[in-house]
Amino acid sequence: MAKAIKLKKGLDIRIHGVAPSERLKRIIPASCAVVPDDYQGITPKIDVKEGDAVLAGSVLFHDKQYPDVKVVSPVAGTIQSVVRGERRKLERIVIIPSQTPEESKRFDTSGIDDSVLAQRLLLDSGLWAWMRQRPFNIVPAPGTEPRDIMVTGFDSSPLAPDYEMSLDGHKEDINAAVRLLGKFTKGNIYIGIRRGSCLTDIKGAETIIFDGPHPAGNAGIQIANINPVNKGDVVWTLDAVTLMRIGHLVNTGTLDMNVDVAVTGCEVKTPGYINTIAGADIASLTEGNIHDDNVHHRIISGNVLTGHPVGKDSYLRFPYNHITVIPEGDDHAEFMGWASLSPQKMSVSRSFPGHFTKRLFCPDARILGGRRAMIMSGLYDKVLPMDIMAEFLIKAVISRNIDRMEQLGIYEVAPEDFALCEYVDPSKLELQKILQEGLEYIRKELN
Amino acid sequence: MKSLRKYLDRIKPQFEPGGRLHAFQSVFDGFETFLFTPTTTSRSGVSIHDSLDSKRVMIIVVLALVPCLLFGMYNVGYQHWLSIGETQFPFWQLMAYGFLALLPRLLVSYIVGLGIEFVVAQWRKEEIQEGFLVSGILIPLICPIEIPLWMLAVATAFSVIFVKEIFGGTGYNIFNVALVTRAVLFFGYPSKMSGDSVFVSTGSICGLGEGAVVDGFSGATPLGQIASNTGDTLTLTNVIGEPLSLWDMFVGLIPGSVGETSTLCILIGAAILLATGIASWRIMLSVFAGGFVMAAIAHACPSASYPASMLTPLQQLTLGGFAFAAVYMATDPVTASRTNPGKYIYGFLIGVIAVLIRTYNNGYPEGAMLAVLLMNAFAPLIDYTVVQSNIRRRLRRLKTKV
Repeated sequence: MAKAIKLKKGLDIRIHGVAPSERLKRIIPASCAVVPDDYQGITPKIDVKEGDAVLAGSVLFHDKQYPDVKVVSPVAGTIQSVVRGERRKLERIVIIPSQTPEESKRFDTSGIDDSVLAQRLLLDSGLWAWMRQRPFNIVPAPGTEPRDIMVTGFDSSPLAPDYEMSLDGHKEDINAAVRLLGKFTKGNIYIGIRRGSCLTDIKGAETIIFDGPHPAGNAGIQIANINPVNKGDVVWTLDAVTLMRIGHLVNTGTLDMNVDVAVTGCEVKTPGYINTIAGADIASLTEGNIHDDNVHHRIISGNVLTGHPVGKDSYLRFPYNHITVIPEGDDHAEFMGWASLSPQKMSVSRSFPGHFTKRLFCPDARILGGRRAMIMSGLYDKVLPMDIMAEFLIKAVISRNIDRMEQLGIYEVAPEDFALCEYVDPSKLELQKILQEGLEYIRKELN
Repeated sequence: MKSLRKYLDRIKPQFEPGGRLHAFQSVFDGFETFLFTPTTTSRSGVSIHDSLDSKRVMIIVVLALVPCLLFGMYNVGYQHWLSIGETQFPFWQLMAYGFLALLPRLLVSYIVGLGIEFVVAQWRKEEIQEGFLVSGILIPLICPIEIPLWMLAVATAFSVIFVKEIFGGTGYNIFNVALVTRAVLFFGYPSKMSGDSVFVSTGSICGLGEGAVVDGFSGATPLGQIASNTGDTLTLTNVIGEPLSLWDMFVGLIPGSVGETSTLCILIGAAILLATGIASWRIMLSVFAGGFVMAAIAHACPSASYPASMLTPLQQLTLGGFAFAAVYMATDPVTASRTNPGKYIYGFLIGVIAVLIRTYNNGYPEGAMLAVLLMNAFAPLIDYTVVQSNIRRRLRRLKTKV
């Protein structure tokens, strides 16, 4: 029987537009893109130019500091454009899929019992860049040995996709991936799962059941409740779908970049899963599936808490296999909203009648108030199931006090762990942004 | 609503930089966001936000103060009627009298306080913050009804500027603004803040309540009577010399600062604050617990030189501003302890110190104000020790690893 951890703190936000567990269709996207900003910790050096032909697994760019860390194309095709922004910052690389979009470069999987060759395989295939490390939530530096490896076996965020559908029937891949990752650490490989998951009895990994509301599925929360990250520790984190991809690579020598994308949210006509390729363009995925109701829409690549608001002409961003569409709300004039007793208002506060109903809500993107100093106390702690004093850590980050940040556990957290705190905050502070800037600051100062 | 929205949209450009009325931009913005929920959408991080905002928080506190405010008006009238020897108490006349007596005080407090807030917000190019909506109603409620208006204005201005604005505005202050206003009055103009002539309004207002004060009238509050008590027995009386029961003290038809006499109404307010989850039950509970424990200790060894020690614990909790401070003052999240274990300590010590001062220092019959202000100063220290224990736990974890 797997060990079970019950988390009491947290919050499940109930939103309309849950995707039922069935694949609607398969879509070969009109174009795919890779966005370097999604690979935190990498300074991109581009390896391709417009017009180049690539296969799934061909290198698009590598890291300036560790040239072995590469990010690869998810699809076979032609580089359509390399888009640069201000000061020639690399914004995205767009690829037009060929007739055989899934055609993958072949990788040499021989000799991977040796950890150096195993590392080479992961780096070359680009799957290394799909992992993250605590502290800092960045792509792991090659050559470091992690204390443990944490695999998240489910996503608990609002309207999140169910990994089980993608994982079903890939037990062999999972086992192979765990064998490979086992070569990198003397510690444990933990897999955090929900009850009833297919990810049980995996040799070489310890499965741990997490009960409780979001953010129970976050890697940071799971590792904090198993064995917290201390100063000096490095823990790698990845999700179970990436784990499956690693296994597929080990077993076949090819990359499988197909994803089941959950298209969800109250502005979607038919929520459901679409089988497509990583980095697919949003227009292909949402074509004809968004309500035509004359309100402004916000299309989010990811979930409502941590995802990126993107336009219709944008792309599915890593690491999300999730699209949420909600009303933007900037065209909505609400009279004295702060005094409202409407049950439509979604809140954790008992001062709103909606708090007591079991209904689903359709929230929009307004911040519903004005930015203020921290006034209410203790609200963050109710939704953060870690031994972290959230308010005080945030204050230490704002004051750029590195000693204090260390003492209060900055190495244990990632911005996504504070997403719910940001959601409930009546002072409407941008906590994830504050924390992200703090993490970047401390990383720069320590180097 | 549509036409109002259109009107606001039409006049908005005048308030923007370069417009004719740009000096009032913060004021316009304040009214606009008051009337219509801002349409600002999130730019980073989460795409959705909880409906709770600081306007909602403040308005719930104001709502929770309404029972005290209404009862305060009635009681101002009632005490007056009692003092002129009436035996009939016509409800609406009493209310009207109380309303007219309190209205100028409310107006002065809001105009002075909000005026300063508006000016500072415009000067800092910030949004107007809602904190003073609560302070502005608290200030008249914790002062005697006969306090001169100019004193109220001076104290409010001093408090808003030197306790709140110079620290950065709502959310940054160390001390509770309303209580510092009272403290300024208490130490600056003691003759108008205590004694037996300030807690009962004796004159007539707009022809209401005409009549001379009866012989034997004494407007001293129960705590004032205690402070001047001599001998081994203690008898508390109302303004015309009739004895007071615990029930009278609980309901609140006794002389005292406007809003704090009725423990019943304060408990209704407490119920609103706790049901909506706006105030911390940890603080409220522990203030009452601390007060009860200290009062029980004092009552166990009564002494004639400290007459308040003859009060039973329940009398201690219902008299004076204790309950009011526990429910509305100690729970101010900005000046209270911010950690959960800290809240218990903070609240408990407020309760203990309030009763301690009240009992063993006859010069200060009202200890609750001083207790809250003192603990405001210590709240960061309490939080520091709680945070330090979190830090030590993390360090210990690191050491056991190596």
